Amino acid sequence: MTETKTSNRPRETRSGIIGRPFDRIDGPLKVRGDATYAYENTLEGTAFGYILGAAVAKGRIAEIDTAEAERAPAVLLVMTHRNAPAQPDFGPAVTPTVPEVFTRARPALNSERVRYYDEPVALIVAETFEAARAAAGLIKVRYDEEPGLYDLSGHVADAYAPKRTNAGFETDSVIGDFESAFAAAPVKVDATYRTPFEHHNPMEPHATLAAWSGNELTIHTSAQTLANFRAGVASTLRIPPERVRIISPFIGGGFGSKLIAHADTILAALAAKVLQRPVKIALTRQQMFANAGHRAEMIQQVRLSTGTDGRLTGIAHDVWSATSSFEEYCEQTAVFARSLYAAPNRVTRHRLVPLDINRGEWMRSPGEAPGMLAFECAMDELAERLGLDPIELRIRNEPAQDPERGVPFSTRNLVACMEEGARRFGWQRRNPTPGRAREGRKLIGYGMAAAIRPNYIGAATARVAIDRDGRVTARLDMTDIGTGTYTILTQIAADSLGVPISSVKVELGDSRFPRTAGSGGSWGAASAGSALHNACNALRERILQAARSSEASPLRGAGATEASFADGEVRLGQRSASLTDLVRRIAPDGFEAEGSVAAGAATPSYKAYSQHSYGAHFAEVAVDCDTGEIRMRRMLAVMGAGRILNPKTARSQIIGGMTWGIGAALMEQTVLDRRYGHFVNHDLAEYHVPINGDVPEMEVVFLEEHDDKANPFGAKGIGELGVCGAGAAVANAIYNATGVRVRDFPITLDKLLPALPVIAI
Amino acid sequence: MQSFTYERAASAEQAAAAVAERPDAKFISGGTNLLDLMKLEIERPAHLVDISRLPLDRIEETAAGGLRVGAQVRNSDLAADPRVRSRYPMLTQALLAGASGQIRNKASTSGNLLQRTRCPYFYDRNMPCNKREQGSGCAALQGFNRMHAVLGASQACIAVHPSDMAVAMAGLDARIETISPGGGTRTIPIGDLHRLPEATPHVETVLDHGEMIAAVTLPPPPPGRQVYRKVRDRASYAFALVSVAAVVEKSGDRIQSARIAMGGVAAKPWRATEAERTLAGAAASDGAFTDAAEAALAEAVGYGGNDFKIPLAKRTMRHTLAAAAESA
Repeated sequence: MTETKTSNRPRETRSGIIGRPFDRIDGPLKVRGDATYAYENTLEGTAFGYILGAAVAKGRIAEIDTAEAERAPAVLLVMTHRNAPAQPDFGPAVTPTVPEVFTRARPALNSERVRYYDEPVALIVAETFEAARAAAGLIKVRYDEEPGLYDLSGHVADAYAPKRTNAGFETDSVIGDFESAFAAAPVKVDATYRTPFEHHNPMEPHATLAAWSGNELTIHTSAQTLANFRAGVASTLRIPPERVRIISPFIGGGFGSKLIAHADTILAALAAKVLQRPVKIALTRQQMFANAGHRAEMIQQVRLSTGTDGRLTGIAHDVWSATSSFEEYCEQTAVFARSLYAAPNRVTRHRLVPLDINRGEWMRSPGEAPGMLAFECAMDELAERLGLDPIELRIRNEPAQDPERGVPFSTRNLVACMEEGARRFGWQRRNPTPGRAREGRKLIGYGMAAAIRPNYIGAATARVAIDRDGRVTARLDMTDIGTGTYTILTQIAADSLGVPISSVKVELGDSRFPRTAGSGGSWGAASAGSALHNACNALRERILQAARSSEASPLRGAGATEASFADGEVRLGQRSASLTDLVRRIAPDGFEAEGSVAAGAATPSYKAYSQHSYGAHFAEVAVDCDTGEIRMRRMLAVMGAGRILNPKTARSQIIGGMTWGIGAALMEQTVLDRRYGHFVNHDLAEYHVPINGDVPEMEVVFLEEHDDKANPFGAKGIGELGVCGAGAAVANAIYNATGVRVRDFPITLDKLLPALPVIAI
Repeated sequence: MQSFTYERAASAEQAAAAVAERPDAKFISGGTNLLDLMKLEIERPAHLVDISRLPLDRIEETAAGGLRVGAQVRNSDLAADPRVRSRYPMLTQALLAGASGQIRNKASTSGNLLQRTRCPYFYDRNMPCNKREQGSGCAALQGFNRMHAVLGASQACIAVHPSDMAVAMAGLDARIETISPGGGTRTIPIGDLHRLPEATPHVETVLDHGEMIAAVTLPPPPPGRQVYRKVRDRASYAFALVSVAAVVEKSGDRIQSARIAMGGVAAKPWRATEAERTLAGAAASDGAFTDAAEAALAEAVGYGGNDFKIPLAKRTMRHTLAAAAESA
């Protein structure tokens, strides 16, 4: 960590527990294999399901012959649209409100219609997984296939404007007169970028074990947001949410693909009801590509205009995205551009082209991930045109307040991030003329990009209890998707109550616990953490009240003096007592309290301030001058993201995000076959993500920062910040190395090769 | 995956006989490819004969001064063998450039040779594929064919053989020893093992049903420096876009002889004999390497998504030859 200017006051922690790099609380469990993931749960009598997907992308099931499968050994049930329990219709492509996106019914096997390739057409349940899978191969389906639409670029002219984007943002924003400013500007960039379909591919597939007890349904699954997940299941099954319990204590990655229930969950619940036995289903890796969401393919046009002084006179960011013909999803790709740089004339617009594919879903850093990949490359192109350093260009366009909302920033350390990063990275060594730096037969390039990510907070409640032995238990329906939530919540409770972290047990991932906003949108720490912090404060008040009044209390009569909880002691003025001893004396059954936090959008500080976290990414790449192979050499991220609760888990979050940036820039792409409508490369051998050999040395620096407008901790979301702009830094480094600007992501060697000069041997 | 029966072979002869007597039987060794294909029902053997425990796991010196590699030698062991590392360095380089550590620990030498293409249309039973289902068509021809063949392909199939090991072995003139159900043996030059697709892409090798690979014999190492260069989309665990195995023997500044094989370009490891002829006796120069690369790809045809492989293969060959010629 480094000392840098801060825009508002740092706050001392009570115990020093917050801000320390604790190891993951759940680390040993996971290393030992003792953390039980959804599919590893087994109940007495569990049967195993296997989903058969559609062989066509659009049409109807004309005939489905399940007789042979039903006769196959150990098969218990073959479910199709003909015999599946009744479910509601899917309903309109757009829900009336944003929350209903998460809670709407998502029926499976309820129609002869096929809406996308590999959509479930049958579920086979058997005594073993192997028997179910083998029987799936015996089902014969005849389809009446219909011509479908699978091509974004050919249908941009037919694009429509949605009523809103994901998360409820305005579809368009228009300020000033961009077209006139652009026409009149002496320096401009007009560049069109393409980003492909991408898939989340968490390590743990989508999996569910469902079991009924009378009318009560228990679901062991892998879910990021339990309350929404539960509501979605309940509306699909047409039962009250109270009768559904979701259990999801460990999640092997979600990245936004586990915010809603998918076919594994719905079909496991239906089959368990029919069979009156627990049923377990997982999507296969291949099935995840069609059935568990994706980031849609997009075309983005970025237009920037400046005077000769490098000050932006206009910003236009237009996005055309693929969406599904039956359910709209509009990633908020240009929304970040409303807050990033100053310019008097501005336009951002989102347009959609419906294709016959499954719906898009929230994928890590929705909006910024593809949007900044394009926009921050356009800024690089503009800097070159102006003959300005890319950092200097950004500094010249640093806004004094949020450029579209007109409200002040809560904190904004973008310039400090860039300057600190430049110093640490050795940015001054970058040759501004591309294609000039060579080491042997490698072309070396440096690139940078800015990062911005909105800070959200969602409504959350937490319950905390302390028992007569001084053990603290916190319960909330929050989830830990591998981010470190167990650890930071433990730190928060320990800090608030002045006890060691070994005295705190945090229990998550059960919908019976108080409701939170779950894991998504980088808001987990702020939302669940603030609720737990408030719960701990309420618990302290309860303890203090009893300590002052209880006859058994050693602190009786201490009065309304200042109180503190530290080092396992309660101090009231000059008097103190051991917390455990105090509880044992005054409340043999212990104490319990709840605390809550309201959704950020409803709070005055959210309305009065523009709240974002910021950062600067730096990348060095080497490009083989003979083959065009691109390999990362090093990356640096400097982040201004409020107070860092745990530098170790925070760093892991950021380097994970930077790795996603490498993936987006260099390799991630799912190819939609325009003839058949299927994702061609639907496994991890053909869909490349960066793995150890592809990830270079990474350095992460957090600037000292405290955002007192954000929440009681002064912390801001960091989960997705690491992705934002990371890919653009890589792309800009490739340009600097080669002088070849590839605007069609990912930047694979075949796109560089035609423009790479042949260098003498 | 369909149900199957399984037996563990007691001897090579018995294994060959066991497979030969059932048309629906297959050999299995490491299973790193076959099991995947069975799960997806692209392969549906009703009977598996496990040959992984046969005593074919030794690497022995041959009288001629080469090495005889048992068919069941694991890829990791072959790569790490000190004799292979010192005398056939490009074989070690090729092996280590392939797959992942876990897969190399399981995969056998013969299984590596006989692995099947990773064409995504071959892997999806809903798609036309002449290799999987004769006469159904080739979806790759007009489809996503970035990884596909530019040499020796046909209108029936443009799939590539994915092995790295086999490319190095092709450059080393390896010979394949097989054993047949009756106990008969034969030796097949590696260049003759795999067949080009022509009209029958489902027939991938010259092996008869039940004929089992027992060993791969490497002749004494050829004179000259060996280099294996694999070009791929990421640094680890990715199939070759193109690869080049090159051995260049020099005499002064002139090239005495060269052996060149390419991977990622055809349904078999592709020996670039025209390029070898071009280089023999030529001065070791950028021009000679460039000419050789042009000769090697003279017959190449792209199918859209893989057009880039032609210039890529030329560039890769040029600098690989230069690397092999350096201090050779």
